[in-house]
Amino acid sequence: MVWIALILGACFAGLPVLWMVSSSFKSNLEIFAYPPALIDESFSFQAYEAVLSDPGQLRFFFNSYLVAILVTICTVVTSILAGYSLSRYDFRFKKVLSLIIIGVQSVPPITLMIPYFGLIVWLGIYNSYAALVLTYMVFTLSYAIIMMTGYFNTLPRDLDEAVMIDGGGSFVTLWRILVPISLPGIVAVGVYTFMLAWNEFLFALTLTRTNDMRTVPIGIHLLMGQHSFEWNQMLALSVLGSLPVLILFLLFQRYFIAGMSAGSVKG
Amino acid sequence: MVSVSPSEVNPSSHSGWEQRKRKFLPYAYLSPTLILLAVLTVVPIVTVFLYSLFDNVIVNPNPPEFVGLENYEEVLTHRKFRAAVSNTLYFALASVIVHFLIGLSFALLLNSRLLSTNVKAFFRVIYILPWVFTASIIAILWRLLMNPHGVINFVLLEFGLIPELVEWLSDRKVAIHAVTFINIWSGYPFYLVSFLAGLQGIPDDLYEAGRVDGGNAWQLFWHITLPQLRPIIISLALLDFIWTIHQFTLVWMTTGGGRNTEVLSTYTYKTAFSKYDYSEASATAMVILVICTFVAIFYVRSQRMVDE
Repeated sequence: MVWIALILGACFAGLPVLWMVSSSFKSNLEIFAYPPALIDESFSFQAYEAVLSDPGQLRFFFNSYLVAILVTICTVVTSILAGYSLSRYDFRFKKVLSLIIIGVQSVPPITLMIPYFGLIVWLGIYNSYAALVLTYMVFTLSYAIIMMTGYFNTLPRDLDEAVMIDGGGSFVTLWRILVPISLPGIVAVGVYTFMLAWNEFLFALTLTRTNDMRTVPIGIHLLMGQHSFEWNQMLALSVLGSLPVLILFLLFQRYFIAGMSAGSVKG
Repeated sequence: MVSVSPSEVNPSSHSGWEQRKRKFLPYAYLSPTLILLAVLTVVPIVTVFLYSLFDNVIVNPNPPEFVGLENYEEVLTHRKFRAAVSNTLYFALASVIVHFLIGLSFALLLNSRLLSTNVKAFFRVIYILPWVFTASIIAILWRLLMNPHGVINFVLLEFGLIPELVEWLSDRKVAIHAVTFINIWSGYPFYLVSFLAGLQGIPDDLYEAGRVDGGNAWQLFWHITLPQLRPIIISLALLDFIWTIHQFTLVWMTTGGGRNTEVLSTYTYKTAFSKYDYSEASATAMVILVICTFVAIFYVRSQRMVDE
């Protein structure tokens, strides 16, 4: 009984993905063949070769990696500093400021969108990596800070107080003591940030003008319009575009799951 | 809980300079965050609010003209806007409810005592799979499956479940349900993960006690599991409701908001970037913000990040 339910669930979650992967190996003519087959005689790596030999497509990957890695580093560092402040200090506007930080999560991206374009142009960073990195930091920081604060709160204060008495400043305490033992929480924040930055679409579309600044999700979108659906190439690009996140997720799933649930749902 | 500032521990550091530094430090640590949020969140929100009170904003030869709440009046009485509101509510409510049901069922399955650890780990990865794909890829994936000549129609026809090919994403009556279904598929793993963590946090003694009192599996679930998960359920549902209202990419890349699937985010985007009516778009953007803020107030209350 449990097994039947388990397998039905796995079909619901896994079959669509399996179909996407298998279709990416078909020729464009066979993708909607009747009757459909998981693997047919047109099986080849042709679509992958097409994507990987196209410098334009590779540029999307390079951009995605660069932006996602930069965002991850910046968000991790910023959220450690903010989390330390919220977890270890009492100060006048603490409550208001934490409410604002939590509240940012609820701001709809589309609400920011209309003035955002003008603002980015005014800051002189339109169509640059900086525009994407700063924007994704805004989207990821709120949750990252909640996760980091939650993680620091679970660590006993005696730890940092011991260092303080020995004459270390607060910064030394943070860097030498708290950061090394918070590695699981930091990894969770990093994976979360990377996933979000890698996947973002709306702002990547609006804040970039030239293809040399665009990321993988936009590359997929561009393939949709161009020359009548190149289905197999689009699917191959999708599979390749999902691999980094999938690998990251498989490697760090324990940290990630623990960190996510500690951050979002502290009952 | 009262937090003690670390430097208070050191009795020798109570000079005036030290005290000023202690007051200033927490703000210094928060400053990168605060500057970023001020420039890239607060400024745009204030700007969009001002835009919503004016006509002829951005690229317009005429000078901006203050019109008060006229844009809101115009927007709120618009038939298409109302349709977008009701579509958004259906999309969000159906997603939240079904996410909850699927997430909880899968979590209970994976928590079953009948399965070995390896089996659980294997199925957990498969169940979480939809989560790793970005919205634009999920859109491609389901356009492939839901194509009139795609595999879903083939299977349903073979089993006689539908009389003829269904245009899942282009039939005005079906499309909104199809898009909601896609969102359900892509969003339940977040619930699954949170419930798995929540289930592990329920002490075994509670179930022991329940069994001693003669409770059956259903009663244990109803009187122990559900009440214990209640705080998680509430914050998840509120957060998910907000996220679903934010959802743009999925709708944009499956139907483009056409075929009676217009939601508030696609409606706003079109008003701004196809009709170039930035004043009206700002008013709808503010409406979405107000709805989300309202839900967020409940969410913040359910969080305990702020030490009371």
